[in-house]
Amino acid sequence: MASNPDEKIQGGFLGWVDARFPLSQMWNDHLAKYYAPKNFNFWYFFGSLALLVLVIQIVTGIVLTMFYKPDAELAFASVEYIMRDVEWGWLIRYMHSTGASMFFVVVYLHMFRALLYGSYKKPRELIWIFGMLIYVVLMAEAFAGYLLPWGQMSYWGAQVIVNLFQTIPYIGPELVTWIRGDFLLSDATLNRFFALHVVALPLVLILLVAAHIIALHEVGSNNPDGVEIKANKDENGIPKDGIPFHPYYTVKDIVGVGVFLIVFFAIVFFAPEGGGYFLKPDNFIPSDPLVTPELIPPVWYFTSMYSVLRSVPDPFLGVVAMGAAVVILFVIPWLDRNPVKSMRYRSFAAKFNLAVFVIAFVILGWLGLQQATTAVSDMSLRFSQVYFLFFFLLWFLSRERSAWFSILAFLVLVAIYTFYDVARFDADDAALIMWGWLIPTVYLFVTMVAPVFARGLGRDRPVPQRVTS
Amino acid sequence: MANQGVNRGRRRFLVAATSVVGGAGVAAVAAPMLASLQPSARAQAAGAPVEVDLREIDEGQRISVEWRGQPIWVVRRTEEMLEGLSKITDRLRDPDSEVEDQQPPYAQNEHRSIDPEFLVVVGICTHLGCSPSYRPEIGDPEMGSAWQGGWLCGCHGSRFDMAGRVYANMPAATNLVVPPYKYLTDDVILVGEDDEEGGTV
Repeated sequence: MASNPDEKIQGGFLGWVDARFPLSQMWNDHLAKYYAPKNFNFWYFFGSLALLVLVIQIVTGIVLTMFYKPDAELAFASVEYIMRDVEWGWLIRYMHSTGASMFFVVVYLHMFRALLYGSYKKPRELIWIFGMLIYVVLMAEAFAGYLLPWGQMSYWGAQVIVNLFQTIPYIGPELVTWIRGDFLLSDATLNRFFALHVVALPLVLILLVAAHIIALHEVGSNNPDGVEIKANKDENGIPKDGIPFHPYYTVKDIVGVGVFLIVFFAIVFFAPEGGGYFLKPDNFIPSDPLVTPELIPPVWYFTSMYSVLRSVPDPFLGVVAMGAAVVILFVIPWLDRNPVKSMRYRSFAAKFNLAVFVIAFVILGWLGLQQATTAVSDMSLRFSQVYFLFFFLLWFLSRERSAWFSILAFLVLVAIYTFYDVARFDADDAALIMWGWLIPTVYLFVTMVAPVFARGLGRDRPVPQRVTS
Repeated sequence: MANQGVNRGRRRFLVAATSVVGGAGVAAVAAPMLASLQPSARAQAAGAPVEVDLREIDEGQRISVEWRGQPIWVVRRTEEMLEGLSKITDRLRDPDSEVEDQQPPYAQNEHRSIDPEFLVVVGICTHLGCSPSYRPEIGDPEMGSAWQGGWLCGCHGSRFDMAGRVYANMPAATNLVVPPYKYLTDDVILVGEDDEEGGTV
């Protein structure tokens, strides 16, 4: 330490603290001397924005708990009270409800960034795992919070979701009673969801965020080129392509914060219900256990997974499929073995694969909001197939495959879902089934068979030694 | 020095024994925490039986009463509705009510009730718990010409007939639940409580 000329022995108050607590060291390790790649782009805003939304949710949430009453008799009225009688209550509540949706917007974009630049690959697997745990806890947090206003959509949405556990063989009914704490969704359920929403899950969330950032700062940030900047250091041991996070990226992120807050408050002030996507009209009606709303779609950030659930005709297998759609994301680092991290240098097939996955995810999300007609169910099935095939292709595209293996794997996959289509064939829906069949088939053809005939489509490009800009 | 003469066997035994005792302690504390989430004594005591006066119901009418926070439907079925029950048997998943948990033994018959005229069911879809809407009209154009009256669940599209029996190939896999009930007099039933044989008509 003493040999480093930058390091002065600090006197005064800071020196007194540093002798007792690593304040300066933490500041340096995580901000002033944390060297991040110099080529971060637009996609790198969303990590810090997620942190900002977390802070907004915690601060507004604390104020809301000062007025909210977690009691089935009083909950709905207490939310109305916050909206009408509490000074600035409407603003605080709308910030909280908008924050919930914006949290998922930011997190989904943050996850897409990881897929785009291979940020989950070695040595960053644990960052991805912690991130996925954050995502799962966030879903639980959002679900528990959605029950609290105790409106019709709160009540029946929770009814449907809690009843998903009922489909588990043998233990299902007992388990659901245990979750609800009653034989129906009642005051007991509301009270415990409140405890989970304001105490248990936020604590877990904060711990996971800390683990996520500690893991990131241990191995260093990835970047749009997917080049390890630590491989090229100057004589002082500082990465040549790195710049200190503070002040460079703190200033950059402040610009992102500014733009984000403009969008955020535009929604809060002018469209707090988000066109019915953030807050549903039915939730302005007090909950009534005897009357079910016409249509009970989940909030938009759950609808992709919900479509997967609905695409399977068996109740329990549907729940298994929905669970698998989330769980499979955890193992991405071990599916995608391709050494090239960034999509910039990946093959056309790999780029196409990611693009189709994003489109399938968005379409599944839209389908999940619709009434379950035959056409909607069938399209849900198709895009669920695409959703799961994406993960097979992540593995398949880990390296260039031989011609015979590509074609054989293609035929086996097509045969599997074609067999299912034949089994469920129904003359009334013939056109729907046959046209829908093309969706996964074209997708697989482009990613698996086309590169056999046009080798350039499946070939990754060389990665530069240093970052490019 | 201190490391000399370490008895590894004893050290391993002590670590294992401490872990087991500690684990037992954690389990002992976790059990009451988890058990506390079960329905409380008050929740279990709630749900007193409900009386329904059948004279208030018109022919073909369905009324709803609340029992244990759930809608209980009582329907006075018409002659045509009862005749319709046998016409659609081949379209149903469980026409003979063979799934025993869905009704008490005295309702395990074609009309799924003690008295054929009056149906008593829990108005909650057996799929994911929505409350289906009543579609009593025979041949309802929205439901197809073969429709003999029944219920349609708006959430996921499950259909039930006038005895609460589920149609085949629906999201719901079982018939609507018939709650325990008994006749107090010829015209009054008590929902939520029964004798072995369900009383007499």
